[in-house]
Amino acid sequence: MSTDINLPIYLDYASTTPVDPRVAKKISDHLTLDGNFGNPASRSHKFGWKAEEAVEEARSHVANLVGCDPREIVWTSGATEANNLAIKGIANFYQAKGKHIITSKIEHKAVLDACRQLEREGFEVTYLDPTEGGLITTSLIDSAVRDDTVLISIMHINNELGTINNLKEIGSYAREKGIFFHVDAAQSTGKVEINLSELPVDLMSFSAHKTYGPKGIGALFVSRKPRVRIEAQMHGGGHERGMRSGTLPTHQIVGMGEAFRIAKEEMFADRKKIQAFHEKFYSSVSKIEEIYVNGDLQNKVSNILNISFAYVEGESLIMALKDIAVSSGSACTSASLEPSYVLRALGRKDELASSSIRFSFGRFTTDEDIDYTLSLINHAVERLRELSPLWEMYLDGIDLDTVDWQTH
Amino acid sequence: MAYSKKVVDKFENTINEPAKYNVGRFDPKDMDIGTGMVGAPACGDVMKLQIKCERQGNTHIIKDVKFKTYGCGSAIASSSELVEMLLGKTLEEAKEIKNIDIVEALELPPIKIHCSVLAEDSIKQAIEDYEQKQ
Repeated sequence: MSTDINLPIYLDYASTTPVDPRVAKKISDHLTLDGNFGNPASRSHKFGWKAEEAVEEARSHVANLVGCDPREIVWTSGATEANNLAIKGIANFYQAKGKHIITSKIEHKAVLDACRQLEREGFEVTYLDPTEGGLITTSLIDSAVRDDTVLISIMHINNELGTINNLKEIGSYAREKGIFFHVDAAQSTGKVEINLSELPVDLMSFSAHKTYGPKGIGALFVSRKPRVRIEAQMHGGGHERGMRSGTLPTHQIVGMGEAFRIAKEEMFADRKKIQAFHEKFYSSVSKIEEIYVNGDLQNKVSNILNISFAYVEGESLIMALKDIAVSSGSACTSASLEPSYVLRALGRKDELASSSIRFSFGRFTTDEDIDYTLSLINHAVERLRELSPLWEMYLDGIDLDTVDWQTH
Repeated sequence: MAYSKKVVDKFENTINEPAKYNVGRFDPKDMDIGTGMVGAPACGDVMKLQIKCERQGNTHIIKDVKFKTYGCGSAIASSSELVEMLLGKTLEEAKEIKNIDIVEALELPPIKIHCSVLAEDSIKQAIEDYEQKQ
């Protein structure tokens, strides 16, 4: 094993990514007196004009990556705000049209909690169970649609599983029914192609920091054709055509623009490299007895791999894999003792859900990182199973479901 | 969550040198063995503790202990800590061990107190099982 390896190894790219050095350079050019620090909303001097120019160039880069018109991009503080703006914005604006919303149980908390808030305000929300493979299909949606359904909010790529929903199918269905369609695409940019000029999607949320940009910046795509209107959630100076007030953070915006420009250029190369890591990782881990991949392997991105190591508890495995930064579920839930709500929604038993680890690879992952991690996993799983009374029972042929456990 | 160094060390030592730290099993049918198993997979932890005892006069001494634990890092550390406390004790002394002793020895964070409770339950159950056989 290589001794010059850099520890700890970061395999949690789905939670956040480091800023690409090229992006960091761009950001630092837009901060100080000798840089482009102006307020893009200042109309009376060159500082403002130059800042506005930088913001608009960044907007074009974002639009270019996802195939939309730059005028359809609204800057937000991140995907959480974009999700809130889309869901509450549609619900508030079109409430005379209907007060029913459809989403799924495996959405990000930003979608789920925005929906919960709307429920408190008198809306009704259906939370769909995904398929066993972690997908939301049109037939699932169709069984929940009502005459007063105003919005369908379904994520593109699931952050815990990496599963990819079919936006074209769901969007076409929504159009046919005259229902708005919002997509949380925080995990998508730079991983899969998105062409909004062809996709029947009304609103789409983006985040910079999952794609080697800075934290604290994101965007919401709001379709112009057909025209979609939303009620602002942040009021003030009327920035972003009144949809989101607040002085534009030029440095973060150019950071997101640069990150998305690079993503457009390097998506293919990044993906090819990461696919090779996925293949190597999966072919090694799948040799371990009693492991389960969570999420449909045929229908997922290769940068995320979620595995349950049966009879080994997830937190102890993470502890045994010290020097490897991974997570069980999403960072938002890892402080609690509850197993992942996403895995539970798939119908995984609690013990399998709490045996799961999400590995996510990225642009700066190396072959050595993968080799080192794989050898550590083999070692840790073997040791923890030696210590596991459940593994012992499994080897003895005891069906754990028939044991009279003393729950506490 | 940040564990104390004591929990981390105990956990790492136990998984790296399982034999030295009494990981293993006895035949539960043997008359000198008492077995306790507490917890549930769905709750995230299961502890199996086995004591091997020897009669000495009017009392019984714990001569050897084996354990296996499925659970978080502090559950594993708690059972390993308990095992160390039990070796060489009489059953009467072992009954006196309380979860707070483990909490203090490992500096467990409040959110992980239940691991120590589970450890206390496992020794109670193991002693009960042994005494029933006598």
